Amino acid sequence: MQHERSAATLSNTSLARRAWEIRRKAVRMGEVQGQGYVGQALGVADVLAVSYFHALNYRPADPEWEGRDRFLLSIGHYAIALYSALIEAGILPEAELETYGADDSRLPMSGMAAYTPGMEITGGSLGQGLGIGVGMAMGLKAKKNPAFVYNLMSDGELGEGSTWEAAMAAAHHKLSNLICIVDFNDQQADGKSTETLSAEPVHDKWAAFGWHVQRVDGNDIDALVAAFDTARNLADDRPRAIVCDTVMCKGVPFLEAREITHFVRVEADEWQKALSVLDETKPE
Amino acid sequence: MTIQHRYDPHRKWEPRQPGTGGGKTSAMIASLAAEGYDAVPAPFGHALVEEAKKNDRIVGLTADLAKYTDLHVFAKAFPDRFYQMGMAEQVMVSAAAGMAREGFIPFATTYAVFASRRAYDFIAMAIAEEYLPVKIVCALPGLTTGYGPSHQATEDLAIFRGLPNLTIVDPCDAIDVAEAVPAITAHPGPVYMRLLRGNVPSVIHKHCPDYRFELGKAKLLRDGTDALIISSGFMTMRALDAAVAMEKDGTSVAVLHCPTIKPLDTRTILAEAGKGGRLIVTAENHTVVGGLGEAVASTLLTNGVTPQFRMIGLPDQFLDAGALPSLHDRYGISTEAIIRQVRGWL
Repeated sequence: MQHERSAATLSNTSLARRAWEIRRKAVRMGEVQGQGYVGQALGVADVLAVSYFHALNYRPADPEWEGRDRFLLSIGHYAIALYSALIEAGILPEAELETYGADDSRLPMSGMAAYTPGMEITGGSLGQGLGIGVGMAMGLKAKKNPAFVYNLMSDGELGEGSTWEAAMAAAHHKLSNLICIVDFNDQQADGKSTETLSAEPVHDKWAAFGWHVQRVDGNDIDALVAAFDTARNLADDRPRAIVCDTVMCKGVPFLEAREITHFVRVEADEWQKALSVLDETKPE
Repeated sequence: MTIQHRYDPHRKWEPRQPGTGGGKTSAMIASLAAEGYDAVPAPFGHALVEEAKKNDRIVGLTADLAKYTDLHVFAKAFPDRFYQMGMAEQVMVSAAAGMAREGFIPFATTYAVFASRRAYDFIAMAIAEEYLPVKIVCALPGLTTGYGPSHQATEDLAIFRGLPNLTIVDPCDAIDVAEAVPAITAHPGPVYMRLLRGNVPSVIHKHCPDYRFELGKAKLLRDGTDALIISSGFMTMRALDAAVAMEKDGTSVAVLHCPTIKPLDTRTILAEAGKGGRLIVTAENHTVVGGLGEAVASTLLTNGVTPQFRMIGLPDQFLDAGALPSLHDRYGISTEAIIRQVRGWL
């Protein structure tokens, strides 16, 4: 299949700049509501930049295009990050950013397929995305559609038994068109994920379940590009996992230094301060 | 003797004397015994094959229970459209949702206990919330096994009735099951259907030769002046048998079969119950909490129809293990128990 690219992705804009734009939009959305999962959004921005501006096939004007790669947001609360990527990709208009979390907005706090173009599934009940991805990957293979299914999940979701049911099913059914991205920021609601219910050794677990596994620095764009290329181009029939170690609040040092929690505290006057910090580090 | 399902570290264990207990435990996979009726083998599996010949969007998934949900018939006919998901109900249901997103009409089968209790969140969020055309078809509904609470889905209708977007079907016999398959395939949204599998009796046509299953419709199978039994599932067979038996001693009992539990055919129920002068009895193979009986009661009361009203169903408790005929009698859903109860209320 011809590799589709939007006009935006054909430009020379660097992936670092895309990630920066995603971060900046997420902070602006956080400012609208005075809250939001901005720590996760800042951490996962590089992963989303590489996904939407290097790896995925899609047509911004036609989010339902049959040939698109499917990108599933299992972690519904990361919606603020995905909205930023969808705006940057031209799938959502930037003006709607101001509606984030408001009544009747298309951008609710937790991502739902019924609300937002480009939001493939309703995430949020954690541990569901990978299983849905298994079914979509089976369906694509049955249709002989060469598109990929990407499922973005969190390290916390590794605690859900359904994740491992889905992992077994994906390997058993040889779903080489399924790529699972694990955002490993070592943080969940009650604390560090490795201290809440440790999933380590994560690499070995996925490998034991029959997956091709890579573990990379999820804030290193070059490493991410290489990992996504490897996952897409692998010749065997295993499903592919990319475990991405990310830093919560990445790119805004005064928030990175804060005691990191699942729901990072940002004071009313700090949103503008965070934007200023980002503006000082704007990539070309 | 009813077992107390309550943890007690000081409980007194009493040995049983061999030979004193009655009944013979039917195998879990046994067909429902129905004296006087012809049996049809695997009506669901054969109907699905016929439908799948016409509709290439149909696929089948199971969680290690193809043989015990009659899906093996489909698997044999369409091996490339059959997905064995193993003993993993959560991913089976999620994967069915994913396949529906890709344009397929998945039929996903397991036992009713596992769909309702284990896979509920996945049915709710991955399927029902998006109104996807997944058909969840489940064997062992209500009290159709003597294996005890682990396999007796006595509250599946109550669980699923609360779920928006979901259509719920409780067929009576082989005709209902076979005719429901094209009907639920044509329905654009998700469906939960209780399944009778194996050798399934053909009941309704013996009483009412013109009967056809219609999704969302209740059908009056016989009229009567003393009582009206509103029933679903195999309890319609029990109600018909009871009505025939009671006719012999001059009691006239009508039977309204209500195989679609949700959305309920309130218009027909109100029209029949509103005629007045009859005892209204609901009969269901399900706990009296949250099933057909309470759905009918709510329909009547909120519409100002207040006949003498009684419910036949399973008690609000974990049920015993044992032989199915003994259990049906013990818990009031055998034909004899229906006759006994209705006579007592008249």
